[in-house]
Amino acid sequence: MTLMRVRDLEVRIGGRTISSVPSLDLGPGECVAIVGESGSGKTTALLATLGLVEGARVSGAVTVCDTDVLTAGPRRLRAIRGARIALVMQSPQAALNPAMRLGTLMRRALARHGVKGPAAKARAADAVAAVLLDEGVLRRYPHQVSGGQAQRFAIALAIALGAEVVVADEPTSALDVTVQAEVVAVLRRLREERGLAVLIVSHDLALVSSIADRVIVMKDGRVVESGPAAAIFAAPADPYTRELVAAVPELPPPYDPASPPASPPASPPASPSASPPASPPRTGGAP
Amino acid sequence: MSRATLRAEDVTLAYGHTTVVHGVSLSVDEGGVGLIGESGSGKTTLARALLGLLKPRSGRIVYGSRELPAMGRGERARFRGAVQPVFQDGSEALDPRMRIGASVAEALTAHHRMDRAAREARIAELLADVGLDPALAARRPHQLSGGQRQRAVIARALAVRPEVLVLDEPTSALDVTVQARILDLLQRLREEHGLGYLLITHNLAVVDRLCRTSHVLYAGRVVETGATRDLLTRPAHPYTLALRDAVPRIGVPTAVPAAVTARPAGTGAPAVADRGCPFRHRCPLAVDRCHAEPPVLRDAGGGRRVACHRAEEVLSGALRQ
Repeated sequence: MTLMRVRDLEVRIGGRTISSVPSLDLGPGECVAIVGESGSGKTTALLATLGLVEGARVSGAVTVCDTDVLTAGPRRLRAIRGARIALVMQSPQAALNPAMRLGTLMRRALARHGVKGPAAKARAADAVAAVLLDEGVLRRYPHQVSGGQAQRFAIALAIALGAEVVVADEPTSALDVTVQAEVVAVLRRLREERGLAVLIVSHDLALVSSIADRVIVMKDGRVVESGPAAAIFAAPADPYTRELVAAVPELPPPYDPASPPASPPASPPASPSASPPASPPRTGGAP
Repeated sequence: MSRATLRAEDVTLAYGHTTVVHGVSLSVDEGGVGLIGESGSGKTTLARALLGLLKPRSGRIVYGSRELPAMGRGERARFRGAVQPVFQDGSEALDPRMRIGASVAEALTAHHRMDRAAREARIAELLADVGLDPALAARRPHQLSGGQRQRAVIARALAVRPEVLVLDEPTSALDVTVQARILDLLQRLREEHGLGYLLITHNLAVVDRLCRTSHVLYAGRVVETGATRDLLTRPAHPYTLALRDAVPRIGVPTAVPAAVTARPAGTGAPAVADRGCPFRHRCPLAVDRCHAEPPVLRDAGGGRRVACHRAEEVLSGALRQ
């Protein structure tokens, strides 16, 4: 089953192609990442999957949950947006109405899709628990929760409405690393437990490598490389992908007492069979 | 030549009744000093104090041999020139109505008198120094890319020949390849101009590139300090370890560190440290003692200082999966 299917998507403004994606398929529980820098057309491609590109010529085919997004009318689009496919934006606090408690926000969204009363309450509680938030957040205003909580709430909103696909535009770039790890963990959980499909747009390759199954690398509106994440990061074929991978700031590898770097401490490792002498400090386990 | 150093000595900072920085000491030198922490850790507040923009509740900010509030008018003006800020977002730091050249020149004329020709020449020189085409002086901020704007902000900071740059998340608003180039630029400028850097960031890899020593701030307190490389490869504080493990790495599946998930549900900000360790609610190693007795910053060997009762266990790998 395919939840999202994109073929020969092309977005043009004034005869110039600003984003073109030849092919993208997303099934339940999968995560595809579009990677690129400012101006690469990655966000435009993402918005096109929601039928949200305006003032441009969009051609090709985008099918989301059996609806052709590019030809569907406003009523049909309203029916799938939120209920089948939901958008999570970069800055969660800016995306949430500041004058509304999170609970009110969720209730209104549910009511718009015909879920009211006790059923709405149950859905809200379930969704909030699914993103590891306390039900107390529903009584708070957006400014009273942290960035990570707001972002998880945005994901909960999608879950509550029953969305099967979440498209997320730089969902963690505005967050601290530890909070980012939480959001990534929540997304991973939802994929495993509920089969949520995730289309993520990011310029953070390290983040993408930790969450995506497949990667599409874009530059100047075009796809320069695409394929399984592991393969692309292990051996990037396109020069631009190589440049992107090389630009990721690298942390020194963690100290490993089993194979200490250059100057080892006095006591040798317990098992003499462990290693050949003078092994290089690079022993992370990953090939 | 030994330069005047910028120091914080046992500085406590507060907004109203809320104390956000508790007794922090650090010294900015040419090796570069990193200040690492999450949102709300107090790192930007500390930077504001070091820039002379916020008066300490207690403790001292010292530049050279003089304490900040005690400086006379001339001295204070020199201090303002010598310690320059570079903030996160070039689009906010530059006046949108001013041309880039004028923005840079504003700093020049505020600190030095010079005629028009000399000023133009100096602007061109400064822009070239940060790798910008001098022709961009005629542009306005919105006509530049994010990386170009950040370079312009750095050029403006350099205009007054500073000795110390206070860099608050200088690359986090930028694309990765642009980030890498700005870091290269900052490295080159430091060598050429002998600048001292105070770098504030939550990005450990950036600190690793630019800072010889680092301080990890949690809930307004330094919880660990030492040589950056050493601190990152072998953290002695569970919080430093959590920060390190939370950084996604290519080809390594990120496991969510225990100290991240251990955060009690519903609390965004770190708990108030009335007594006990401020990190105890998130710490996977917390024992009774951590709830009763606040750890003090103590020597952990090799120039490392750490505020944790169980630092030795962390160092020996107690938290490694």
